[in-house]
Amino acid sequence: MSGRVLVGVKRVIDYAVKIRVKPDNTGVVTDGVKHSMNPFCEIAVEEAVKLKEKKLIKEVVAVSCGPQQSQETIRTALAMGADRGIHVDVSGKDYENLGPLQVSKILAALAKQEDAQLILLGKQAIDDDCNQTGQMTAALLDWPQGTFASEVSLEGDKINLVREIDGGLEHIKINTPAVITADLRLNTPRYATLPNIMKAKKKKIVTVKPADLGVDVTSRLEVLKVEEPPQRQAGMKVETVEDLVVKLKEAGRV
Amino acid sequence: MAAVGALSRIARLGSRICKNRVTLSGNSQRRGIAACIDPSHGLTDEQKEFQKVAFDFAANEMAPHMAEWDQKEIFPVETMRKAAQLGFGGIYVQPDVGGSGLSRLDTSIIFEALSTGCVSTTAYISIHNMCAWMIDSYGNKEQREKFCPDLCSMEKFASYCLTEPGSGSDAASLLTSAQRKGDHYVLNGSKAFISGGGDTDVYVVMCRTGGKGPKGISCLVVEKGTPGLSFGKKEKKVGWNSQPTRAVIFEDCAVPVANRLGEEGQGFNFAMKGLNGGRINIASCSLGAAHASVQLARDHLLVRKQFGETLSNNQEPMK
Repeated sequence: MSGRVLVGVKRVIDYAVKIRVKPDNTGVVTDGVKHSMNPFCEIAVEEAVKLKEKKLIKEVVAVSCGPQQSQETIRTALAMGADRGIHVDVSGKDYENLGPLQVSKILAALAKQEDAQLILLGKQAIDDDCNQTGQMTAALLDWPQGTFASEVSLEGDKINLVREIDGGLEHIKINTPAVITADLRLNTPRYATLPNIMKAKKKKIVTVKPADLGVDVTSRLEVLKVEEPPQRQAGMKVETVEDLVVKLKEAGRV
Repeated sequence: MAAVGALSRIARLGSRICKNRVTLSGNSQRRGIAACIDPSHGLTDEQKEFQKVAFDFAANEMAPHMAEWDQKEIFPVETMRKAAQLGFGGIYVQPDVGGSGLSRLDTSIIFEALSTGCVSTTAYISIHNMCAWMIDSYGNKEQREKFCPDLCSMEKFASYCLTEPGSGSDAASLLTSAQRKGDHYVLNGSKAFISGGGDTDVYVVMCRTGGKGPKGISCLVVEKGTPGLSFGKKEKKVGWNSQPTRAVIFEDCAVPVANRLGEEGQGFNFAMKGLNGGRINIASCSLGAAHASVQLARDHLLVRKQFGETLSNNQEPMK
């Protein structure tokens, strides 16, 4: 067991920003807009660092796929306690079309290259809400997956996991190596401290290209149009149940 | 209409100083105010990280409580200690005594960001930092080791005591006297408008050990609980209520000579050097407050509708 954990971190538009659609409806405005690490990725980093502090794993490697600015996101992970970073350089049109399938291929290739024991990801990104990367990565590697994790504990070469699912909480035990995706209540991410930010300066970030990993990032999807959601219409109140049924029938709902 | 006019002027100012122009969807005629000042422009990667932590701390730990702190006049000790755990207690104090060892520019960036959460508290934190720095820079080994670690962790809080009822702008004419008696100085006099006064533990006091003028002034560190040290009533202020302001009164207050920073007669020099940094810190706090205010105004413009349109669409035509 290498004791190495890969943590995927994605640079997304900050959760507090009001999103605007571009006038040409090809996407949302990203220029000049505040970006930060995806909140679920922060939770994943925190969990990895906690595991290292408990001495259950030896090394935390932060990975991000994107343009030059993705290195800022890796630096935040380093400031939180990750040991080193890998920046997979994807920019321009390739970056605009980058989706879970390509990212999971990249992560699978890196997991093999780095001999990772565990991959920790956020359950989904707040920009596309795909909730696919973790699952696809596990499938490509033929590894077990523990998604929507709200509790993780390592027991020898197995992992005990509590998953938050629609029906409640599911307790599972999976083998390693495995992919885990973090849900909201897994932990509360720490603030980076000033001394840790300064220590992070000395940590290395290596840049690689998808081609170096043998991954083709051409997308099979094409975004045709991005629109704002329809404006919410006012509802109406009715006096009696009969009126309600009449209105529903008129609207074709019943 | 006057209110709309004023807000429109703020919006136009905002879009003029915006480095990135963003157009509101569907309306390419109007100047966009959807993006605003990006405070991380021109910073190094490391400075961006410092700023990010400070912004996050301000938004999560300070802003939600700011109004309550002001209304109830709460000195937020626990929150400030949390800030100290991140390294904000002695930002430009040297690491060997618990400080973060950063530059003045780094410090300014941090205070500007923290201020977006609560100006009053951040201003106090900056005063605390100034005092810690003075002891760090001008204290001897024993003084640095005795006071700085606790100040950097905010186990103890500090106040800067220069101003007196009779000397504000003319600080060098201060009257608080410190008479040498054996291995103590006996202090008599009072300081006015001391931020944190009464609630803080360590007082950096400029007092007269010699003759008139700046060369007769020395700097002593006085600890709370020293007999003869007392405080006036808490001043009633309009705003900035998260830090208490009181007079600090010395009545035959005996302070060990070992608590003197540097030599006799150097106190005024130290005081001014402290303020050189303090001035930048306070200005940074004001910038942070302005930043937060412009953002709030911008958000309001995008949401508030009058005369059938959002205020942002009601901008005066460019003449």
